[in-house]
Formats: sequence, structure tokens, C-alpha cells
Amino acid sequence: MSAGFPHKHLLGIEPLEPSHIETILDTAQGLREVLDRPIKKVPALRGKTVVNLFYEASTRTRSSFEVAEKVLSADSLSIATSTSSVQKGETLLDTARNLEAMNPDMIVMRHSASGAPHFLARHCRSAIVNAGDGAHEHPTQALLDALTLRQKKGRLKGLKVAIVGDVLHSRVARSNVWLLTKLGAKVVLSAPPTLMPPGLGALVPTTHSIDEAVEGADAIMMLRIQLERMSGGYFPSLREYHRRFGLTEERVRRAHKDVIIMHPGPMNRGVEIASEVADGPYSVILDQVTNGVAVRMAVLVLLLGGTQETQA
Amino acid sequence: MSRLLLKGGRVVDPSRGVSDFLEVLVENGKVIEVSRKATASGAEVVDVSGLMVCPGFIDLHTHLREPGREDKETIATGTRAAAAGGFTAVCAMPNTDPANDTAGITRAILEKAKTEGVVRVYPIGAITKGQRGEELAEYGDLREAGCVAVSDDGRPVVSARLMRRALEYSQAFGLTVIDHCEEPTLSSGAAMNEGPVSTLLGLRGAPAAGETIMVERDVLLAELTGGRVHIAHLSTAGAVDAVRRGKARGVKVTAEATPHHLLLTDQLVKDSEYDTATKMNPPLRSEADRRAVLAGLADGTIDCIATDHAPHSVDDKRVEYDQAAFGIVGLETAVALALDRLVAPGHLDLGRLVALMSTKPARVLGLPGGTLAPGSPADITVLDLARKRKVDPAEFLSKGRHTPFAGWTLTGWPVMTLVAGRVAHNDLQHHAAKPAKGR
Repeated sequence: MSAGFPHKHLLGIEPLEPSHIETILDTAQGLREVLDRPIKKVPALRGKTVVNLFYEASTRTRSSFEVAEKVLSADSLSIATSTSSVQKGETLLDTARNLEAMNPDMIVMRHSASGAPHFLARHCRSAIVNAGDGAHEHPTQALLDALTLRQKKGRLKGLKVAIVGDVLHSRVARSNVWLLTKLGAKVVLSAPPTLMPPGLGALVPTTHSIDEAVEGADAIMMLRIQLERMSGGYFPSLREYHRRFGLTEERVRRAHKDVIIMHPGPMNRGVEIASEVADGPYSVILDQVTNGVAVRMAVLVLLLGGTQETQA
Repeated sequence: MSRLLLKGGRVVDPSRGVSDFLEVLVENGKVIEVSRKATASGAEVVDVSGLMVCPGFIDLHTHLREPGREDKETIATGTRAAAAGGFTAVCAMPNTDPANDTAGITRAILEKAKTEGVVRVYPIGAITKGQRGEELAEYGDLREAGCVAVSDDGRPVVSARLMRRALEYSQAFGLTVIDHCEEPTLSSGAAMNEGPVSTLLGLRGAPAAGETIMVERDVLLAELTGGRVHIAHLSTAGAVDAVRRGKARGVKVTAEATPHHLLLTDQLVKDSEYDTATKMNPPLRSEADRRAVLAGLADGTIDCIATDHAPHSVDDKRVEYDQAAFGIVGLETAVALALDRLVAPGHLDLGRLVALMSTKPARVLGLPGGTLAPGSPADITVLDLARKRKVDPAEFLSKGRHTPFAGWTLTGWPVMTLVAGRVAHNDLQHHAAKPAKGR
């Protein structure tokens, strides 16, 4: 915990005050410079232990946390469920208690069950960072998106941001709705009716027309079609999805001329996003990845109360 | 057997429209006399001054878990919880292991209840063999062995054709069919009610329409067949409306609602940060649904308050929200919740509440009791409307500990429960009668 960020855990964006979010972003911006140094190592979290507990496959988020931990000199260990006793039927509580017995300072968890980090926070002493829980929240993703937006556009307030795709299953969409609205951006959500859950209209405008959503947008955030969750018959074919709801170059032209295109990855090229858009000049997808490390460094430092000393 | 005189209390007996200061004389397990001055020679006197004396409360919807899941509850612990909660009888749902789908299991439950239970246990048989929703169970045998209704509770009868057959065949034995109404293709994988709250929590939701569809179907099938259907734990505005319209057409439909659906909404799942004590099926619904169920209770559309007492072990609940078992305990909180949150604020008067928890449940399934008329069983619930206490799951007699009402301070509690004239539970502060063992 620190003065600018009075929280023990990072479970979601929803409970954060705008000023707390600003603190994380400012800290991340300051720490980002470390990543450009020839020797990318600072002692800020020396002697701190972080466990990365990943119950769901993840390349980007997990490696991003690992890099952040290494750069900050924390001792870290990563557990993926395919190689752990979870495969032998151990409960989340038992796994967590066993990890706790090793006295880690923080557990970073990715889990397919919404609310799993809250469960952990109730039963553990360690600081808990939610690295994505079910369809609930993915706070560090929203933070890195915001950092990217701020870098590219100089501000968040008043920006028109379209969030497009599978909103129903997306924790990224939920975290971004909270974050962007708290910081004054104008968000519009767009999804086919079958992938738009009830109730979000009370928070932000929603539309089934992607054309309408991207009209004049300063930024477009594409959401992944989660093919592994598509057994529910939400739409007739990937072909029709791409044609009616995918981001094509033609649709990009409806947006502001300086629009930036974001995607949390991994992308389904030719489904929610056309390849030429993903690879186009307005794409900031790789900047998002770099900012991801910076944001996670900031979260680690703020929660573990390490010094913000960045000299090696 | 000794005579017992309950003296000084107010008798509230909606079966006879009575609410007056009367004495109740009990002998040989029956009510002998209810009058201003009962002939009490040789009777043990129980001073119930300042208390309410009511016909024993009956819970139409209890899961005793025995046989099969004695780790969650037994007939011994479940009936003690019932007695402590003011219930003199419970109807035991058949989703035991094995399911209560044959006379042998029914008899085993009744035998156990006789030796180890402290309140009456009325078994409910399965609608279908193994509750699999494929073939009708043997209703004739079940009835003969002592079942008072049939239900596949926990599971809806998915096939409309099979539900029709159940509603037809049950008539030969005077059995009511109790249905857990849920359209499974709309609710599969759901952990809570579908709505704005499930969206924000990222939990899969069951839409209210999924319950309403099945209630509408069951009302239509009861109309078609002339059978008697009872809607378990009704929780949606649409379901209330369907029952109301059905009753207006003369369909033989009755319904129950639980205290948690009357008092809580899905917002609690969020406010409690995914506390699994808020997870049950049907789930806590929206505020509009809650109000509609309350209105249905007030206008008589809903016949009874039932607990859906569903005890689980700690391990079944102390897991991720979407992995946790559905169900909460209710026997030891239902009456106090109703007194504090429904009667005290004026949603119901006390007579109406006693009707909803005693007289009407008895009538819905044709059970003895629900009245203090002379000659009826001496099943009596005594209430202290001034008693104030905090809900503390650690004190429950049930093995189940999960309730969303933990920590609530409630005023108005059951303080004494008599079953067939014997004390099944006694919390009277100024009377020392000991609870009897067995009955």
C-alpha cells in the first residue's frame, strides 16, 4: 500500500477512485523508461516474493508479469495448472494455503471463475492481483490500454472510444468500461445482440451496429471472439461475423482520421479484425504489450510498498 | 400421558379465525380444549404469558439429506433444527442418495424419523424413477408407504409429456405434484440470476423467463389434466402472474415462496463479493421480482412460506462461486425473518403469517395439523415477538452453516415447539421443561 494507492489488493477497476487509477498510470509512465535501459534491472522489490498462479492459459499476461517482477528484482515463481497438483484435484483454497505457507508477499492469479481473486483475498494474507477472472475483470489490461491511449492521444478525458466485439464474455470490456468512464472518456459498446449482456446500457451507450460505434472514434478496442466459448450458438458463422461485426479497413475509415486500433490479443485474424487493420499504421497493438510490463511494474511497486528507487 | 396446560398466552389460530387470550389444554398428544379457562386439574402448567401460541408450523420444503449425504444433514440434526426454528413438521424432499423413489426408501426414512427425529417427517416421493425424468415412479406404493406428495426437486420435469402423465397418474392416489420450475436450456451453467448484476460480476445468469416458462407450462398442464400442481420456491414476477391467472381460472395450482426470495435480491451477490452463501437455485432475483413475490404473498396468490432448507458441507461451499453447491439453510431463521421483516413492517399480519406457515401448508398437501381445533394433534409453535437475537450460524443445530442472513439481528423468535404434546424444543426463559428424546 502507498499513499496514492490505498489498497491492499488489485481485484478490479470498479472499486478504484479515479485518482488511484491516475496514480498507477503516472507510476507506470515513470517506470517505463527502465525498460529502455541497457541494463533493465532495479532493486525496488528486492527480497519480495511473488507467486504467479495461472489457472488459465496465458502467454501475454503471464510473461508480462514475469518480466515486470524480474525487472523489479522480486523473487518470483510461476505455477501453471497443467503442471501442478490442481490436476490432482486440489481445491483453490488448499493450493492457496500451501502457497501461503511459503510466505509470498503477493499472489498474481488468472482464473476462469469470476470472483476467484475475491475468494483468495478472503482466505489469504498476501496481496492479491487479479490477472483476469472469468468474465469479470482484467484490471491490468485496462490500465495498459489507458496508458497507451494517454501516450498516443495525450489525454483520456473526452476521447471517444469504441469497444467492439464479444462483450458478453469479455473481462477486458468490463474493466475498460469502468476505467474509461471514471477518467472521463466517452465509451460506446458494440456487439451482436447475442453477445451483449443485459444492463450495460445503464453505464454507457450500446449499439449492435459496429458502423455506428466506430463513427468518429478516437480509438477502437477490439475484443477477441472467444472461439473456445462459442458452443452456445451466438452467431451463425465466422464468415458472417466478420462481414457484419468485424473491423475492416472500410469501417476504420468511418473513425477519426487519427484513430488508433487496440486489441488485447490473441487476435483471430479475419474474424473480429481484418489482417490489414491489425498490421496497419493505426495499430498500437505492440505498444500495448510494452505498456503492459510498465503497468504491472507500477502495480507491483504500489501494492508491495517497495521503494520507487529506480537506480540500479 | 400427562396433561399440559399452556396458560397466559395469546392463541393465534387462523384455521378458526381465533386471536385471543386463551388457554390450551393438551392430553395424549391431542388438543383437548381451547378456552378462556380450561379444565386443568392435574395438568402441568406452562406459563406462556406474553407469548403467541400457534398451530405448529409446517415446512413443505426441507432437504434432510438422509439417506446418502449424512455429512450435510441427518434426520436427527435436520429435525432438531426444525424444532429450534419453530417447525413441528417438515416435508422431506426426495433428492437423497438413493432418491426416495420406492416404498422401501420411504419406509426407511419414516423409521429413522420415528427413532431419531424430534418433529414429524413427511416424505415426498420422486416424480420419476431416480429423479431422472424418464419414467414415473410407483406412486401407489409411495403413497401407501407414507409419501405425501411427489417431486423431482432440484430438477425440473423437462418433458412436458411426462409432466402431463405425472399430473394425471397422481390423481389416482390423491398426490400433489411439486415442481422445481426451470427451463434447463436457458439456465445451464448459471450461477445466479441473469441481469445487470450478473453482467457486472461476469457470472453466467439464469433468466427469470426460464422459471416463468415452466410455471406457465405447469399451470396449463394442471388445467389440461385436472391434476394438482404445487410450484416450489417461486421467485419471479412472471411466475406469480402465471399462478394468479391459473387460480383465477380455477386451476388446482398452489405455490410457495422462501424467505430469501422475499427479502433479498441478486445485488447481494455483488455486495458480498461473491459470497457462496448467496448461491441457491432458484437464484436471488431482481428487486422487481422480489416485490412481485411479496405482493403475491400478500394477496393470496402464494399459499405458503417454505424454507428450501438445503444444507451443504463447508467443502461444497468454500470454493469458487461458480463451483459452489446451490442451497442455503433456512429452518432456524425462517420464522424469525418472517416476524421481523414481514410482520413487523406490516406486509402481513400475524394471523396471515401463521396461515402461511401452518394452516395453508397443511391444506396444500392434506396434512394433519395446521389448527388448534380440539381433537387435532397437539403440534404447537410458541412465538416470542419481543425476543431479540442475532443470527449466528455457529449456534445452528443443522449441520449446514451457510446463510446469507448471518449477523442479522432479528426481533421475534420461536421459543417453544411441541410435537404431539411433547416438547421438541424449549427456549422459554422462564420455564424449565426439557426437550423429549424422540417422540
